[in-house]
Amino acid sequence: MGPQTFAQKAIARAAGRSEVAVGEIVDVRPDWILSHDNTAAIAQMFHRLGLRRVKDPDRLAITLDHAVPPPTPRHAQNHAEIRRFVAEQGIRNFFEAGRGICHQVLSEEALVLPGQMILGADSHTTHFGWMGAFGAGVGRSEVLALWATGEIWLRVPESLRIRLEGRLPFGVTAKDLCLRIFRDLGADGGLYRSVEFAGDGIRTLSIESRMVIANFMAEFGVKNAYLPPDDAVFEWLAPRRARRTGEPVEAVRERIAANALYPDPDAPCEAEYRYQLDELEPMVACPHSVDHVKPLREVAGIRVDLAFIGTCTNGRLEDIAVAAQILRGRRIASNVRLLVIPASSEVLQEALRRGYLEILLQAGAMIEVPGCGPCMGNHMGIPAPGEVVISSGSRNFRGRMGTPDAEIYLASPAVVAASALRGRITDPREVLLECGA
Amino acid sequence: MRLRGRVWKYGDHINTDVIFPGKYTYTITDPAEMARHALEDLDPAFAREVRPGDIIVAGRNWGCGSSREQAVIALKAAGVRAIIARSFARIYFRNAINNGLLPIVCPEAVDAIEPGEEIEIDLETCTIHCRAGAFPFPPLSPTVRSILEAGGLLPMLCRRLGLPIPPEAFFPTGEAKD
Ligand code: SF4
Repeated sequence: MGPQTFAQKAIARAAGRSEVAVGEIVDVRPDWILSHDNTAAIAQMFHRLGLRRVKDPDRLAITLDHAVPPPTPRHAQNHAEIRRFVAEQGIRNFFEAGRGICHQVLSEEALVLPGQMILGADSHTTHFGWMGAFGAGVGRSEVLALWATGEIWLRVPESLRIRLEGRLPFGVTAKDLCLRIFRDLGADGGLYRSVEFAGDGIRTLSIESRMVIANFMAEFGVKNAYLPPDDAVFEWLAPRRARRTGEPVEAVRERIAANALYPDPDAPCEAEYRYQLDELEPMVACPHSVDHVKPLREVAGIRVDLAFIGTCTNGRLEDIAVAAQILRGRRIASNVRLLVIPASSEVLQEALRRGYLEILLQAGAMIEVPGCGPCMGNHMGIPAPGEVVISSGSRNFRGRMGTPDAEIYLASPAVVAASALRGRITDPREVLLECGA
Repeated sequence: MRLRGRVWKYGDHINTDVIFPGKYTYTITDPAEMARHALEDLDPAFAREVRPGDIIVAGRNWGCGSSREQAVIALKAAGVRAIIARSFARIYFRNAINNGLLPIVCPEAVDAIEPGEEIEIDLETCTIHCRAGAFPFPPLSPTVRSILEAGGLLPMLCRRLGLPIPPEAFFPTGEAKD
């Protein structure tokens, strides 16, 4: 067979085959099966079908993150059922409420590694493409089938290539790049595809920014996303993995690098797009869809009521750092509430250690427990009907945050922080220049 | 097999947050109750007036957003038998098949079909018959067909593992076999 895409190589590996063709349907054995608060519903059905034992409990990863701490007895009972299931099945990779959002936690724990496959009952499982793993979302029934048999069918997707050149300019982030891509190509621009990034620009992006890209590509309709892993990725993962296994970091690092997969240079792709990072500017997704994107300058000045920094897309340390940089020694506008929810306990501790939380608290922010928070409208900061939200999250569908009558704008954490400061949608570059950044 | 039903027509990018709101995902688990909230933020008339056998016709990227399977089950429980769209979000497409709700990709039919009209889907000939004419659609792959024919992924799993298939109530999905 000719040159292969990343998706072909990763699916072939998970299928135990030497190669697979684009369009072929194959049975795969993923390395990881992810579920979160939805585990209780899957477990109930598992038992109802008369199934007793999960086939390979060591391949399951379960987090509590979608409604933590639980806002109602019903949610609490849901968590209690999950804990029972975890104990009964001897699942070791279980992460309690407060540890963080599944995609962030599994990355920090270096459970998933480059070249592996993870299927999760969560649409943002594309996240793991940041490290060059194959991550795709599936439904609950499929997770149940995976628990029972370890296998599931996948269609080998066609690929899109997005080539990144240059370096992001001052005040512009990976979030702005993604929003620009959605504006240019639409929310279904990557439908069913493996979107495989390439180009020298990737090397200039921090690990956290790469996470933003792979995670947010879920909103582009893709099956999976892929960024080619480099030394920065191996160095980020190796000590974390070594912590778990007790092996020397260097040996772990070599093993991780050896398992990485790269598409062949002339791998087939349906289309190739090119983005010059230097030419990008801050972007905002307007209500009520993620591809209703405008350059920030066109919507600057719109009054906001709630500013939210968090979620698996943009709740990491660099996101909180830029917010702290913008808000240091200042107060948010009196018409705004600012919610900050670190994506994980690791992010929370580091933000605490570096003094960011103190800056944010002095600026008037609320800091909440790591988890999804109000991202999907469960709790912890639902907007009132008629309010305007600026969020660093990934979805602004009508009703997403709990009321159909709120307007949600999506932007980078820098934009959210600057907008909280002024009470209106604000270009962060103006404020950053004032703080002498 | 032929499916006959009345059409509800919607636009592009109808997402799972409006098909079944996220705020209910851990609190509403009974399919009949889920059906009462189906599409409530988009079209409150739907849950009130939907009848068993109805068919949804939609534009691009139906079911984008969350992976929540409730967005299929709520419609299935409301009586919807098939969705014809220009394209489907990929997890929704899989969830639909796995729950025995027929997803059909046919942009030409989407253009031609009017809201409220009665249409017929012939699964043998892969043709949609509506007032404006007959529109062929591409056949589903054998893997997908076998799941639909089993009534969904879980009934198929039970068969494969030699387990009795539990009562219908557990499968808001299970009646796709006529
Ligand atoms: S933070 Fe939001 S998008 Fe991410 S996993 Fe949680 S609910 Fe989903």
